[in-house]
Amino acid sequence: MMRRSMLFLPGNNPNMLINGNCLGADAVIFDLEDAVAPDEKDAARILVRNTMRYMDFRGCEIIVRINSIDTPYWKKDIDAILPERPAMILLPKTGCPKDAQMVDEYMTEVEKRLGLETGTVGLMPLIETALGVENAFSIATACPRVQALFLGAEDLTADLQCKRTKEGREIEYARTRLVVAARAAGIDVYDTPFTDVNDDECMEADAMLAKGLGFSGKASISPRHVEIINQVFSPSVKEIDYAYEVMEAIALAKERGKGAISLYGKMIDAPIVARAERVIAMAEALGIDRRDV
Amino acid sequence: MKKLVNSLREAIALSGLKDGMTVSFHHHLRNGDYVLNMVMNEIAAFGIRDLTVNASSLFDVHAPLIRHIEKGVVTGVAADYIAAGLGRAFSAGVLEKPVEFRTHGGRPGDIALGRTPIDVAFIAAPSADPMGNCSGKYGKSACGSLGYAFADAMYAKKVVVITDNLVPYPLQDWSIAENYVDYVVEVDAIGDPKGIVSGTTQITRDPVGLVMASHAAKVIEASGLLKDGFSFQTGAGGASLAAAKFLKEIMLKKQIQGSFGLGGITGYMVDMLREGCFRSLLDVQCFDLKAVESLRNDPRHQEISAMQYASPSAKSAVVDSLDVVILGATEIDTQFNVNVHTDSNGYIMGGSGGHSDTAAGAKLSMIIAPMFRARMPIVTDHVTCISTPGKDIDVLVTQGGIAVNPKNVELKKRLLDAKLPVIDIHELKEKTERITGAPAKRAKGARVVAKVIGREGQLQDEIYGV
Repeated sequence: MMRRSMLFLPGNNPNMLINGNCLGADAVIFDLEDAVAPDEKDAARILVRNTMRYMDFRGCEIIVRINSIDTPYWKKDIDAILPERPAMILLPKTGCPKDAQMVDEYMTEVEKRLGLETGTVGLMPLIETALGVENAFSIATACPRVQALFLGAEDLTADLQCKRTKEGREIEYARTRLVVAARAAGIDVYDTPFTDVNDDECMEADAMLAKGLGFSGKASISPRHVEIINQVFSPSVKEIDYAYEVMEAIALAKERGKGAISLYGKMIDAPIVARAERVIAMAEALGIDRRDV
Repeated sequence: MKKLVNSLREAIALSGLKDGMTVSFHHHLRNGDYVLNMVMNEIAAFGIRDLTVNASSLFDVHAPLIRHIEKGVVTGVAADYIAAGLGRAFSAGVLEKPVEFRTHGGRPGDIALGRTPIDVAFIAAPSADPMGNCSGKYGKSACGSLGYAFADAMYAKKVVVITDNLVPYPLQDWSIAENYVDYVVEVDAIGDPKGIVSGTTQITRDPVGLVMASHAAKVIEASGLLKDGFSFQTGAGGASLAAAKFLKEIMLKKQIQGSFGLGGITGYMVDMLREGCFRSLLDVQCFDLKAVESLRNDPRHQEISAMQYASPSAKSAVVDSLDVVILGATEIDTQFNVNVHTDSNGYIMGGSGGHSDTAAGAKLSMIIAPMFRARMPIVTDHVTCISTPGKDIDVLVTQGGIAVNPKNVELKKRLLDAKLPVIDIHELKEKTERITGAPAKRAKGARVVAKVIGREGQLQDEIYGV
């Protein structure tokens, strides 16, 4: 599943919810947590449930951010949302593997109660505390339901007692730590939203930084950022062209019975081939024909 | 020869206005206009009755007109656009004779051809001299272009210029020349500057509007028309302006210089001129202060009359050289007919203005509209009123997909090649109705309250009372 961009949509805003699949994001995150005031939690839960039940979101994956396990809402959120089969549940303030395991167990319990296939809805721990960062690998491997990690920099910087900046020096460690943990666990990892909705230039730089560090995609709180994120996380013309050259070089090597081959003076080895395959798969998924390149 | 008279009352008396005649007004002062109400009050005080008011547009500030209709002072109304507040009264049937709607091009065409003769034209002039040379570019009530007033000045039997900025003869840089003008009246104020033009026109921040705008710019890019010499008109609505913003980015990136930007001009179009996206702006009406200032100071920004803008009976009109126009709609049907006269409940709330003219002239006529407003779907089987016929519309851009008129086979191919989300208009309608449900059509009223005259003078549709 390609998730270059994930767009947060407030769970209590019907106009945003019903238009959520038109905003260009690969995935939308219906938010029942921070965007929703305590006295609107039940209304948002029903609204999100009904949106998922009645709206056609083909081509746009649905993720739901439930409330954290230290609130009285999270089980009710799962009760309402799970039957609608979102792709993943985003679990805020995941600090240790037990947090994820507890939610996993409850999800399984609900699935069994409702006669649903167990384990098909993924879990994405939101890492937004210092403890969560330090436990990143054990959270990533807490249970098979964990399909990705998600970095939340706003709460994290509050926990770190530092200021959140556009440059993001303060979250460098967390970013690299999360990427390493997720990749070591063999799962995806998504970057925190850039919060200045009026600064497209810094937004693009931030997305490029995240891509460069190895993130699979990036979240956004503004629909305006979605197209920029999609562009940054799509393979570039140069990358696609190079990927095809790699595959052609490999084919040629096989044809000539050679075990190894070089391209532009660099040996083509298994990781390079794997990357080229990923790039081509993504280009094909995006409908980019090589003739366009 | 003395044209400057002491009062509006004197000018009306001298004009020879009598029962049953036609008076005309232009709408550049928009919702800040004092002149129409001022003149009609004086006319009513004379005891003159049974008049026809031919105005290029009527705004809600002109609500006192309803009282004159109720008292029989006014028995006929012709306009290119009627704002929603006044529209309610007309839809309720306040006027016995149907309102005649024309287009911004059709109106001056019909005036010039003598189909709608004007007895006395009243021209609100932000600056004038005692012989009647006048301009909209200067003065405390500056509105910029006086484009819609030219036909009135040129063809009315009598012309009265009303100004709140009388300058010594000769006024420099006039728009309408003294040779058309019979009388000049000085008044304290012709309008409220706050209602005449907005300080700035804002690009939408609504995410759905931005998605539509982004689609719109990509459609233009893919159409094959976006190259040096490109010409363009867009409205002042948030999504239309956002489309212009995205288009500007593409033009600057590809170093494309267009020939002209047309229409009601906003500050945003002025920015495009200044940044080199166009060689010129052709301006029939200014929407904001930046446009007024540009028209005053930049020789590349040119005032044009409504005849030159869009008249089908002119020897040529600018709309005939237009590449792309972005337009709105209250409804569009599966045959691509567009309604901009009424809301979905049938109440009058607008009018064609330049909609039909530009759609007929432009090589690519694009409608931008959301799939639904409140609970009402925009795509319908049959529009409540055909303002612009579907034959003149090429494409509908919504957040849920881009519907191409089947007549434009090449455009559809181009958009598909560009991997834009093309959708059949019937499918778009069904997709929308899956969200909103299919609303029942409101039953037509018993009586026709307005006739929509197409730009060629034909009866295009009738609007029934509500």
